[in-house]
Amino acid sequence: MSPRVRLGLFGVSAAVLACLFVWALTGLPQFGAFRGEYGRILNSAAGPERHVTNVVSAVTFDYRGFDTLGEEVLLFTAVMAVALLLREARSGDERRADAVRSDVVRAVGLFAVGPTVVMGLYVAAHGYLTPGGGFQGGVATASGLVLLYAAGRYRAYRAASPKTLIDFAEGTGVGTYVVVGLAGIVVGGSAFLENVVELGVKGTLASGGTIAILNAVSGLAVASACVLIFHEFLEELMTAK
Amino acid sequence: MLVPLVVALPLLGAAVLGAAGHFLPSRVDDLVAAAIAAAVTVLCVVLIFHSAHGTITYWFGGWHPRNGIAIGISFSVEPLGAGIAALIGALMTAALVQSIDYFEEEVPPHFFVLMLVFLASMIGFALSSDLFNMFVFFELMSTAAFGLTGYRIEHRSVLQGAINFAVVNGIGAFLLLAGIALLYGRTGALNLAQIGQVLSRHGADGLVIVAFGLIVVGLLTKAGAVPFHFWLSDAYAVAPAPVCVLFAGVMSDLGLHAVGRVYWVAFSGVLGNGHADAVRGVLIGVGLLTALVGALMAFVQAGLKRMLAFIVISHVGIFLTAIGLLTARGLAGATVYVVADGLVKGALFCAVGHLARRVGHTDELIAHGRGRSLPLTGTVVALGALGLAILPPFGTFVAYSLVERGAGGLGYHWLPPLLAIATAVTGASVLRAAARIFLGLGPAEDDLLVAAPRGEEADEGMRAAPRRGFLLWGPAVALLVAGLGLGFAPGIAAHAVQHAERFVDRPAVARETLHGAPPAPLPHVHEQIGAAGYAYGAGSAILAVALAWIGLYRRRIPEAFRRAAGATAGPAVQRLKLLHDGVVGEYVTWLTAGAAAITGLLALLTR
Amino acid sequence: MSFLPYALAAWLFFVGLYGIVTSRHLVHLVVCLGVMQSSTYVLLLAIGYRTGKKAPIFTSGVPTKVGAVDPVVQALTLTDVVVSVVASALILALVIEIWKRSGKLDPDELGKQET
Repeated sequence: MSPRVRLGLFGVSAAVLACLFVWALTGLPQFGAFRGEYGRILNSAAGPERHVTNVVSAVTFDYRGFDTLGEEVLLFTAVMAVALLLREARSGDERRADAVRSDVVRAVGLFAVGPTVVMGLYVAAHGYLTPGGGFQGGVATASGLVLLYAAGRYRAYRAASPKTLIDFAEGTGVGTYVVVGLAGIVVGGSAFLENVVELGVKGTLASGGTIAILNAVSGLAVASACVLIFHEFLEELMTAK
Repeated sequence: MLVPLVVALPLLGAAVLGAAGHFLPSRVDDLVAAAIAAAVTVLCVVLIFHSAHGTITYWFGGWHPRNGIAIGISFSVEPLGAGIAALIGALMTAALVQSIDYFEEEVPPHFFVLMLVFLASMIGFALSSDLFNMFVFFELMSTAAFGLTGYRIEHRSVLQGAINFAVVNGIGAFLLLAGIALLYGRTGALNLAQIGQVLSRHGADGLVIVAFGLIVVGLLTKAGAVPFHFWLSDAYAVAPAPVCVLFAGVMSDLGLHAVGRVYWVAFSGVLGNGHADAVRGVLIGVGLLTALVGALMAFVQAGLKRMLAFIVISHVGIFLTAIGLLTARGLAGATVYVVADGLVKGALFCAVGHLARRVGHTDELIAHGRGRSLPLTGTVVALGALGLAILPPFGTFVAYSLVERGAGGLGYHWLPPLLAIATAVTGASVLRAAARIFLGLGPAEDDLLVAAPRGEEADEGMRAAPRRGFLLWGPAVALLVAGLGLGFAPGIAAHAVQHAERFVDRPAVARETLHGAPPAPLPHVHEQIGAAGYAYGAGSAILAVALAWIGLYRRRIPEAFRRAAGATAGPAVQRLKLLHDGVVGEYVTWLTAGAAAITGLLALLTR
Repeated sequence: MSFLPYALAAWLFFVGLYGIVTSRHLVHLVVCLGVMQSSTYVLLLAIGYRTGKKAPIFTSGVPTKVGAVDPVVQALTLTDVVVSVVASALILALVIEIWKRSGKLDPDELGKQET
C-alpha cells in the first residue's frame, strides 16, 4: 500500500470514526452533572465502613481491590517481560560513564535525593488519609533512586539498588498481596480480599485494616518495579556497542 | 470458595517462581508450573459441575450488591465459561509439559512466571463479569503474551511480530476502554448485569450503539477478526511452539466469548428487540469475511506456523458467526466449538513443536518427506486436520451441527455451506502439509505458496537431536483425543444448549447476580443431529481431502482449468498476500477502517 | 463550553492515532501511543466530574454537605496510568533491541525488510 493510499484510507476512516465518537459523546451527561450511584454510595460509605478518609484509596485497595491486584501483577509481569526480552548475555565491559561532570549539578542533585525519597515514602504511607497512595509514593521513591544515578555516580546508584534485593522485594510485593487476599478466605471464612484486619481509628495511620497493608505492599512493589525496569534499560545503555 | 483459587493459585506460583526460580534448574521450575496448571485445570472442571445447578456469583472482598447496585467486582461462573477456563488450564498444562523437553537451553524462570501469569489472566478474563476488571485482565494477558512472543528475540522477525502485536493490541485496548468509559458515563456502573439493567430501561441512542461498537471492535482486535487480524499472523508465527499452543487454542477465542458475554448480559435488553437483526448482520458479516479470508490465506502458506495462525483466524470467524446468530443454540454451539477446536488446534501446535525439534524445519516445502520417521505425529496432524474439517462424529462436528441447526432455526440456510467451505479449506491446508511432510507426496516446490522466510520460523536451525520423545508428542496426542472425544461426551450438545438458554435470559441473570435470587430451573432440551448436519460434516471432510489433493497435484489438472482459475482468483490472492507485509502503520490503518466500518454499519442499520 | 473536555479527549485520541499511522520513528510511535492513552484519562476524569464538588478526601471525618466528585473514575484512571506505563516500557525495550541490531528505527522499513 503506498503512503498516499494509506493516508487516504486512514483519513476517511478516522473522519467517520471521529464523527461517530463525537455523536456518542453528546449522549453523555452534561460535563459536571454526572449522577452515578456507584460513586455516591462509595463516597458516603467508605469513611464509616473502612475508617479511611481518602475514598479513592478505599476504592483502589478495598472495594475494587481485585483490580489493583491485577495491576500489581501487571507491573510485575512487565518487569519479568523486560528482563526476558533484554536478557541476552551482555559483554562484561561496561562503560561506566558517569552522566554528569559538573560539581554543582552533582551537588544539587544529590542533595535532592534524600528529600525525594522521604517525600515518596510519606506520600505512600499516608495514602489512605490524604491524597496519594502506594502507587504515587512508590514512583516518587523510585525516582529518588534514579536521581541518584542521573546526578551522581553510577557506582553509587548500583550500590544503593542491589538487584537481587529489589527482585526479591518485587516478588514479595506481589506475593503478599495474594496472601492477604487468601487470608480473607482462611481467617474469617470470608471472601478473597475481604478486609479482615482490625479497622483502627479513622484519621490515623493505624486505620483501614487491609487497606493499610495493601497500600504499603503496593508501594514496595511499584518502587521495585520502576527501579528494576530502569535498571534493565540502563544496562542496555551501559553495554551498547 | 474455589473460585478465587483458580486465579490466586497461579499468581502465587508466579510470585514464588519470580523470587526463587533462579535457584532451581529450569526443569524444576517447569514442573512446578505444570503442576499448578494441572491443579487449576482440575479446579475448573470441578467448577463446571458445581455451577451446573446455578450460576455461582463470587463477590471479591465480600462486597455484595446493595439495593441492586453492585459495588464490588464479581466473577460469574457458569458451565460455559468454566468450560473455557478448563480448556485454558488443559492447554497450559500441555504446553508446560512439552516445554520440559522442547527447549534445549536453560530457560530463564521469567518464562514460567509469564506463563503462569498468562494462565491466571486468561481465566480471570473468561470468568469476570465486571467490565473494567475484564479490561485489566485483557491488558495483563496482552503483556504476558507479548513477553512470551519475544522469547527468541535474536531473530528480527520476532521483533517485528512483537512490535506489531503490542501496538495493534494496545490500540484495541484503548477502543475497549473508551467504550467502557462511555457506558460508565451513561449507567454509572461497571458490572455487566447492572449495566444491562440500566440500559434496558431506555432506548438505544448514539452513545449505546457506538459504545457497543467500540467494545466489540476492541475485543475483536484481540480475537483477530478481519481486518484486525494482521498482527496475529505475524505474532503467532514467531512465538515458540508451546506458547503458540495457548495463543492458538484460546487467546483469540477469549475475545469472542467476551463479545458474547457483553452482548447477552449488558446489551441484549436494549439492542435485542428492535435492533437484533442489525447486530446479527454486522457480526455474521464480519464472521464470514474472517472465516473465508483466513481460510484462503491459510491455504497459500508453506510455513506451518503461519498456516495455523491463519486457521486460527478463520475459525475465529466461524465462532463469531455462531455467536452472531444471537440465539442460545448459536452461543452453545460456539462454546462447544471453541473448546473442541481449541483442543485440536492445541494438539496441532504441539505436533508442530515436536516436528520442529526433530526435523528442524516447519516449512512444508523444506521439510518435504523428512517427517517419515514420525508416524505418530503424522497421524496426529492428519486426524487433527480432519477434526478441523468437522469430520463426523467427533467433537468439532457436534459443535458445528449445533451452529448449523441454529442457523437453520433462523432461516439462514445459506450459512452452513459457507462455514463448511471454510472448515474444508482449513482442513485441506493441514492435510496437504501433512502429506508433504510425513508421506513425502507431491512436488517439493510450489510457487503458489508463500514460503516462510528465512528466520521467520524461529524454531528452525535447532539441533535436530532426538530426545526422550514422550514429553514432546504426548501432549499432542492427549489434546487430540480430548478434542475429538468431546463429541462422545454424553449429552454434551443438550447440556450446552440448556446452559446457554439460561445464559441468554438477561433479566433472570440480573436478578440472580444483583439480588441474589435463586436460579431458575434448567429448561428441558432435546438435541438431535439431523441428516443435513451429517451431510455438511461429511461433505466438508471429503472436500478437504479433495482440496489437499489439488494442492499437491495441481499440475495434473488440465491446463484449461488452471488457466481459468488463475485468471479469476490469481490477482485477488496476490493482492491479499501483499497486504500482510508487516508494516505497523498499515495494520493500524486497517484497524481504523474496520472500526469505522463496523461502528458505522451498526449506527446505520439501527436507525 | 461544557463539551470541551470531551472534545479534547476525542481530539487527543485521533491525533495520537494519526501519529501512529504516519510515524517514521519508533520512539515517536511510542509517544503517540502515550497521547492516545492520555485521551482515555481525560475522558474518564471528565465523566466523573461534578460541578462545585470537592475531591473525595474527607479529612474532617464526616462527608461534607458539599459532596465530592466520583472516586471510581479516579481509581480507574490510576490503573489506566499503570497499564500505559507498562505498555510503553515493553515497546521501548523492543525498540532498543531493534536499534541495537539494525540501527534503523523506521517502522515502514522494518516491515519490508523481511520479504
